[in-house]
Amino acid sequence: MTYLSLKDVSFSYPNGFQAVQHVNMSFDKGESAAIIGQNGAGKTTTVKMMNGLLKPTEGSVIVDGWDTKDYSTAQISRKVGYVFQNPDDQIFHNDVYSEIEFGPKKLGLSEEVVKANVLKSAEIAGVTDFLKENPYNLPYSMRKFVTIASVLAMDSNVIILDEPTAGQDPGSLEIISNMIKTLNNEGKTVITITHDMEFVANNFERVIVMANCQVIADRNKRDVFWDFDILEKALLKQPHMSKIANALQIGDKIISRAELIKEIKKVQK
Amino acid sequence: MSIISIKNLTYQYPTSEEDVLRDISVEFESGKFYAVIGANGAGKTSLCNAIRGFIPHFYNGELQGDVLIEGRDIREWELGELSTKIGYVFQNPFTQISGVKDTVFDEISFGLENLGVEESEIRSRVADIIQLLEIGHLQEKNPFELSGGQKQRVALASIIVMEPEILVIDEPTSQLDPQSTEAIFSIIELMQKKGKTIILVEHKIELIAEYADYIIVMKDGKAVLQGNADDVLSNEQAIELGCALPQYALFGIEMKENGMDLGTIPLTEKKAISAVQHLLEKRRVTS
Ligand SMILES: Nc1ncnc2c1ncn2[C@@H]1O[C@H](COP(=O)(O)OP(=O)(O)OP(=O)(O)O)[C@@H](O)[C@H]1O
Ligand SMILES: Nc1ncnc2c1ncn2[C@@H]1O[C@H](COP(=O)(O)OP(=O)(O)OP(=O)(O)O)[C@@H](O)[C@H]1O
Ligand SMILES: [Mg+2]
Ligand SMILES: [Mg+2]
Repeated sequence: MTYLSLKDVSFSYPNGFQAVQHVNMSFDKGESAAIIGQNGAGKTTTVKMMNGLLKPTEGSVIVDGWDTKDYSTAQISRKVGYVFQNPDDQIFHNDVYSEIEFGPKKLGLSEEVVKANVLKSAEIAGVTDFLKENPYNLPYSMRKFVTIASVLAMDSNVIILDEPTAGQDPGSLEIISNMIKTLNNEGKTVITITHDMEFVANNFERVIVMANCQVIADRNKRDVFWDFDILEKALLKQPHMSKIANALQIGDKIISRAELIKEIKKVQK
Repeated sequence: MSIISIKNLTYQYPTSEEDVLRDISVEFESGKFYAVIGANGAGKTSLCNAIRGFIPHFYNGELQGDVLIEGRDIREWELGELSTKIGYVFQNPFTQISGVKDTVFDEISFGLENLGVEESEIRSRVADIIQLLEIGHLQEKNPFELSGGQKQRVALASIIVMEPEILVIDEPTSQLDPQSTEAIFSIIELMQKKGKTIILVEHKIELIAEYADYIIVMKDGKAVLQGNADDVLSNEQAIELGCALPQYALFGIEMKENGMDLGTIPLTEKKAISAVQHLLEKRRVTS
């Protein structure tokens, strides 16, 4: 069942620049999708409309039956949580615990529930060891996880991650990957913006591609990564294994190592 | 001769409980391309801070061992002097924007203005860099009204335009789309060809394998492995030390496990493709 939808949505910034044009997309409860595409395509602007940080200049954004135009950002953010692209735009407390606690506390939850939420979110985001630290003394990568934990602690039905993979090492990518699965299993919708094509190939089926303020594809990853016209328009690249398969002209829309090796074995016989 | 020489460097921030840099010794030769890699929190940014003098000049705390820039002790350099010699591109591009300029063009001019460069020269140098980085469409925009990746390219431009001898670049492609990422690597290579010394922190190991001369692997504040890029990436210890191998190398290893030895562990796309082509041809000839 559709929980969140954008209907013919456009957005212009106060300086008049139109960053999003006639975008349509919708998401079910418990769904997972990646949004990819060139720098400046309008990805961040689009998702900021999903939690009411920005209101569309045209069209409508519907969350759980609410038109975001009729509700405040605070009200919508109980349903849709957004993790900022730049962690420093989000962090404003001097210790990690207070930072994570801020959201659920504002929701007026009981002290015990707040505490339980904070600890659970810290666990999922892997920041339990840093709860007493000043977030500004943490490396960039960890600050991002602090902001993720802060949003998880609100326990919203939709979680939007804006470039969570930027600057992360393989271990942290694994944490993000597991986190998305856990959230989906809890019935939450997770929308992830990323420039990491390997991460997309490994973690998603549905991929939405944006270029020049518009959605230019919304389909299975295989059909995105083997559509060279789409890749070129959105300044994307194939995953590494697809590149080898393409150069050798073998297999059918290969994206993983296992698929490639199996295909080479076949060709060899 | 080394342009930067680090000997037994140990450091902790005044607020940290333990050393974040531990007994690091590395020599950087002029004109070479060094990649610094390693897990999150390993100390990569801190090492950059030591090279550009922010450790100890800005962060305070005691620096043990030596950091020599052109043979002179880092403690004796003034930060201002260092900043013209060493260009530093911040890990978080949002931090780099000066906040005092209204357009991207002026933002990129800012550093040169501070150096007292003549106005006509500023204009032409900035215009060149804008063309090089393909950000002409952004030049009249307000630097605060850019997307994340656009800011990152502007941040890099504002440093490169100063033509510092040494470029310390902390994850310059983290917010960039895949094609722009590759474009930035070729721009960094171009800087190296102009004789600059490059120290690049980066996680994208496939591109490091393609471009870097040397790799320094950091773990828990130590430089645990360093050497020629190819040697480091073929070192079996590398994985244990938390260094990711290129996807192409993992592919080569798995091919071997599946009874299809490529005869080599390919580190780059090109090498992987030609190794497979070779394997398939060999089979065709012998059968
Ligand atoms: N505050 C703002 N005022 C005016 N224009 C803006 C503002 N923020 C972003 N823009 C412009 O809107 C367009 C879309 O920006 P957005 O941040 O949505 O892109 P993005 O797809 O998230 O890019 P990236 O991958 O670089 O993060 C860009 O061209 C950008 O310059
Ligand atoms: N200003 C600071 N004050 C106190 N401790 C700090 C400060 N900056 C960094 N640290 C600590 O130093 C250690 C190394 O951090 P650093 O930022 O150098 O890691 P990094 O390898 O660059 O990580 P990342 O991949 O996330 O960028 C971490 O434990 C961090 O918490
Ligand atoms: Mg963005
Ligand atoms: Mg860092």
